[in-house]
Amino acid sequence: MKKLLILGAGTAGTMMLNKLDKKLDKKEWEITIIDKDDTHYYQPGFLFIPFGIYKPKDVVKSRKEFFPAGTHFIIDEVDKINGDDNKVILKSGEVLTYDVLIVATGTTPVPSETEGLMGPLWYKDIFDFYTFEGASLLAKKLENWKGGKLVINLAETTIKCPVAPLEFAFLADAYFTEKGIRDKVEINYVTPLSGAFTKPIATKMLSQLMEKKNIHVVPDFYLEHVDNDLKKIVSYDGMEVEFDLLVSIPTNMGADMVANSNMSDEDDLNFIPTNKETLQHKQHENIFVIGDATNLPTSKAGSVTHFEGEILIENILSFINGKPLEAKFDGHANCFIETGFGKAALIDFNYTTEPLPGQFPIPVLGPMGLLKETRINHMGKLAFKWIYWHMLLTGKSLPVSTNMSMTGKKAPKKEENKEKEEPQQEEVLL
Amino acid sequence: MDTLTINKSAIKVNEEGYFTDPSQWNEDIAVEMAKQQNIDLSEKHFEVLHFLRNKYAEEVPLTIRKVGKSGIVDIKEFYKLFPGGPLKISSKIAGIPKPVSCV
Repeated sequence: MKKLLILGAGTAGTMMLNKLDKKLDKKEWEITIIDKDDTHYYQPGFLFIPFGIYKPKDVVKSRKEFFPAGTHFIIDEVDKINGDDNKVILKSGEVLTYDVLIVATGTTPVPSETEGLMGPLWYKDIFDFYTFEGASLLAKKLENWKGGKLVINLAETTIKCPVAPLEFAFLADAYFTEKGIRDKVEINYVTPLSGAFTKPIATKMLSQLMEKKNIHVVPDFYLEHVDNDLKKIVSYDGMEVEFDLLVSIPTNMGADMVANSNMSDEDDLNFIPTNKETLQHKQHENIFVIGDATNLPTSKAGSVTHFEGEILIENILSFINGKPLEAKFDGHANCFIETGFGKAALIDFNYTTEPLPGQFPIPVLGPMGLLKETRINHMGKLAFKWIYWHMLLTGKSLPVSTNMSMTGKKAPKKEENKEKEEPQQEEVLL
Repeated sequence: MDTLTINKSAIKVNEEGYFTDPSQWNEDIAVEMAKQQNIDLSEKHFEVLHFLRNKYAEEVPLTIRKVGKSGIVDIKEFYKLFPGGPLKISSKIAGIPKPVSCV
């Protein structure tokens, strides 16, 4: 029997398991999936928990619920991969061999990377919302909070779901407005980027929205440490922003296993150097990497993982059959951006095309407005939870093309192109 | 596209002053570029500039963190060498395009 091993049973791993289960001959292949526990979180739902829109229980299920019958599931942590010997060593000491390995170990916020972030105020006046614990505790905090300086800060530029911090700001504005205390809350959005977002046209639209909602953007702020005594965040070049309540998006890192396996990229963030088109590991041809675990230059997001999955299944089948890897990933990402008060915006982009305005045609669901706030986009965002559990995880195709399409998009006119060059809308990291 | 004349060489730059052809760069030109930013280039500066150019040539996306992990400078020292926006400023002096974000 040949062995296919999947490390990680999150969005990417579970989806690949279901796809492979349908395609691989069971007489020839044994598929095993490994994760540290049996809890699957609907991560896009974390955003809604602090505002009481979702309850914590709404986002938790058993991983096993989404596995095909007869799946071999090992609950253990991966210590390291030995790519030269085709072996995976588990924390328990067990050693597994593989013919093909899929790494889907994702990314996690690591607040301990920043001095003072996990100081005395952690989970008192400083919270994250990208974890189940952080989002749940923040919900309790916001319930009783009387107002003050709310600071939303991104510690690094590479983070999971890069639009979620913006959504948090918009939802916070709506939440405090509906509570009748918006005038007592000052919202500061403090980012290492040069503007609200990375890509010029989307940044322009989002900046206008921030201004309209009275959310103050502090750009080019690269967090060095958090001062718990004076309640302020301090940048490497000495800028300071005071907070009463800090909502932090900590540095995101790949799994420790990546560093143990000497597979980390050069910035020690533990993302794995991966071929951006074929999703093959850069050193080992029988290792493939998918989802947040890669170092691909696109968003770390569920939609990206879904599009990668459509490519990866083809390439793994080609690899197994000794054929060239012909399916190419184009970096396609597609994100709803909740903007509060029952509306959302939608962006669609890839490695080479930035988010553009226009219409996004989805069969059955109908056209959704790109880069504008609409109610139907919000309905789409909420409907995505059902799609996630019932279609995405189970490896079904969604009614959206894998490669990004220009259908319905409006390419920028000359004047808009020119605005690209203005410093406020730069595509710059720092 | 604009042209910048430094040490009698006509350098091709974009609207923001970043080199469009990194092969036009040399250390003397870097010294002049740095002067415009009120920076006197030391050996440390040059180590950083060469690191950036090498990484650019290898198509490695550049971030402040990556420079901080280079073993040449830590992030604080990087800010001291190129005050303001260290990655933007150093990339300009290193004669490579402005580092862009991926997402």
